[in-house]
Amino acid sequence: MPGKKMAAEKLTAQKFTAKKIVILGATSGIALEVERIFARQGCELLLVARSPQRLAELQADLLIRGASAVSTYPADLASVQQHAAVFDYSRRTLPDFDTVLLAYGSMHDQKDTEASVDVLLDELQVNFVSASAILTLFAADLERRRTGCLAAITSVAGDRGRRVNYAYGSAKGALSLFLQGLRSRLHLAGVRVITIKPGPVQTPMTDHLPNSARFAEPAQAARDIVRALHRRSPDVLYTPRIWRYVMSVVHHIPETVFKRLSF
Amino acid sequence: MSGQSAAISRRQKAVTLPTTRILSWGRYPKTAHQHVYRPAWNDEVPAILNAAAPGSLLPYGLGRSYGDSCLNAGRELIDCRRLNRFLAFDESTGMLRCESGVSLSAIIDTFLPQGWFLPVTPGTRFVTVGGAIANDVHGKNHHCAGTFGAHVRQIALHRSHDGLVPCNYDDNSAMLRATIGGLGLTGVIAWADIQLKRVAGSWIDAESIPFQSLQAFLDLSRESNDRFEYTVAWLDCFAGKNLRGIFFRGNHAANPGKKYHPKRALKLPFALPSWFLNRHSIKALNAAYHRVHTSWKRKALLPYDSFFYPLDAVGQWNLLYGKPGFVQYQCVIPETNCAALEELLDRIAFSGMGSFLGVLKQFGPAPPAGLLSFPRPGLTLALDFAMRGERTLQLLQSLDEVVQQSGGALYPAKDARMSPDLFAASFPRWRSFVPYIDPKMSSSFWRRVTEAR
Repeated sequence: MPGKKMAAEKLTAQKFTAKKIVILGATSGIALEVERIFARQGCELLLVARSPQRLAELQADLLIRGASAVSTYPADLASVQQHAAVFDYSRRTLPDFDTVLLAYGSMHDQKDTEASVDVLLDELQVNFVSASAILTLFAADLERRRTGCLAAITSVAGDRGRRVNYAYGSAKGALSLFLQGLRSRLHLAGVRVITIKPGPVQTPMTDHLPNSARFAEPAQAARDIVRALHRRSPDVLYTPRIWRYVMSVVHHIPETVFKRLSF
Repeated sequence: MSGQSAAISRRQKAVTLPTTRILSWGRYPKTAHQHVYRPAWNDEVPAILNAAAPGSLLPYGLGRSYGDSCLNAGRELIDCRRLNRFLAFDESTGMLRCESGVSLSAIIDTFLPQGWFLPVTPGTRFVTVGGAIANDVHGKNHHCAGTFGAHVRQIALHRSHDGLVPCNYDDNSAMLRATIGGLGLTGVIAWADIQLKRVAGSWIDAESIPFQSLQAFLDLSRESNDRFEYTVAWLDCFAGKNLRGIFFRGNHAANPGKKYHPKRALKLPFALPSWFLNRHSIKALNAAYHRVHTSWKRKALLPYDSFFYPLDAVGQWNLLYGKPGFVQYQCVIPETNCAALEELLDRIAFSGMGSFLGVLKQFGPAPPAGLLSFPRPGLTLALDFAMRGERTLQLLQSLDEVVQQSGGALYPAKDARMSPDLFAASFPRWRSFVPYIDPKMSSSFWRRVTEAR
């Protein structure tokens, strides 16, 4: 199918501009900043998050900031049973969405995940199982329409298992791997898949970590993400960019050495 | 565990931070806080208030108060910066409802392109709406527009015992007046209704006029106040016996004509050595500043940000003063007592510790919007002093005497060291403010000036 392949490559080579965006986990710290930028650019947004009240506040804010339309759907995305309803709503409300950003996640204390299997399973459920499930629904739609962009926020923690956060890291790492495969599949249909790997960012999810005041600003991460969504850009986005280099070093430390490191 | 319950346990954890160091803009005093809560939504605030011990909390915004009025040493802060959403805007009237952590900068960025501007703006755009209300800030248009609080129509206040209390001029008006200028002590502002002002564009018709004496300043100010919305003067307190300064005045330009391109701000990456600003370098800077402004043509069309926020062009300019930080001294002196102002300037000139940023402005007759509002009819003088320990404190002490004898007052938002006596003299109504304080709230400043533990 050389014709098909060429069409796909042409599509990815074009300057892509996100206009109608579905955000899964719209009230997460990084998503809030991403939405503001899209609002200023006059985009149309569909927001999914748990709290109807927070969604209403967010909707008002984004409309004032310039979003051309904002619709909301309250759902707990950690529960896979609710995914069909979320997807149906998106198809009905924003049938020609061109971008999907998955932005939710959870970070339990590593020690809690070691002490309780329930907590560990919850960590995997929220960050990987549910995320890959809902991405599958949206991926099929974009693949069928042969357009658009699918992005998900994973983490640099998923690049290598570490003593201090391997439960979170393994869930995010699994999601990164899932996206890698998905990218290869959707590439044939001209759909972009972007893996977003933020370093530590100052959000409610990370407030309890030591030194959180030194983490990157969510607004900075959001600028990088929006740029990546709009343009032809690396398939895997590290933000701040320094983490690409940090992780490439970390990646090459031999396991016999790495297991002795305390970070 | 379901996602929902996991989410709840996450939230509870996310509420506390380990001990952190937060400084005010003057970087003096150095304090440590036990916890900093960082709620991202108004629905998280009641739980924080409920769980707190009496007198343990204080709302915190962008930390642009110079002294300790935004600090709560050894206790806890509620960082409101994530409460930064616009909730409603009426495009026909310019009435904006926003959460308390919204910065004035965000309001300008969003609404100036639509032809709306802040009714009152202080000398920096990096303050929150909550902070602007809590300090009842003033600007270059005080003589005709009053303070920021005068343009607040309604607020909703998180109180530890009464829940979310709406306050406007019909309901709970006393609580509204206590919260305006209330230094954050009456509760956490959930949202506020602010009346924005229609403007033609981003440009200011500005004039600068050099003056050589206090009398000349007064003449200029009186003559300008009717014709110009914005007036302020820069003062060189190192010029010796002969006062010199530059009077700035301006109006919103009627026809923008030009396109406005925002500039990127420079940012100081770290604290400069504390000797960087000494009497010689300040003298040189002042002379240069004076020369630049006297050599320019008198009239110019300026973009709003270089007219209102010249200092914002250097992010973190407070680091110029180095590690020890600095204190700002802002007083108001009744107009009938101009001799006191001259005495102040004499003492500062004699000490040789004057500052680069001397600002002089005539306040208007507007009645105070809040119970503890600082602005009142008179002349207000604001100066920075590099913190050099006892030497600096003694100079300020001697300035206090002049201010107190003249019947003047000091500005809490700028203060890190005034005595309880001077506070009581500056704010004779402070005891009637006490009943409005939320029992969970306190601040370093409040404990200091009321001698409470």
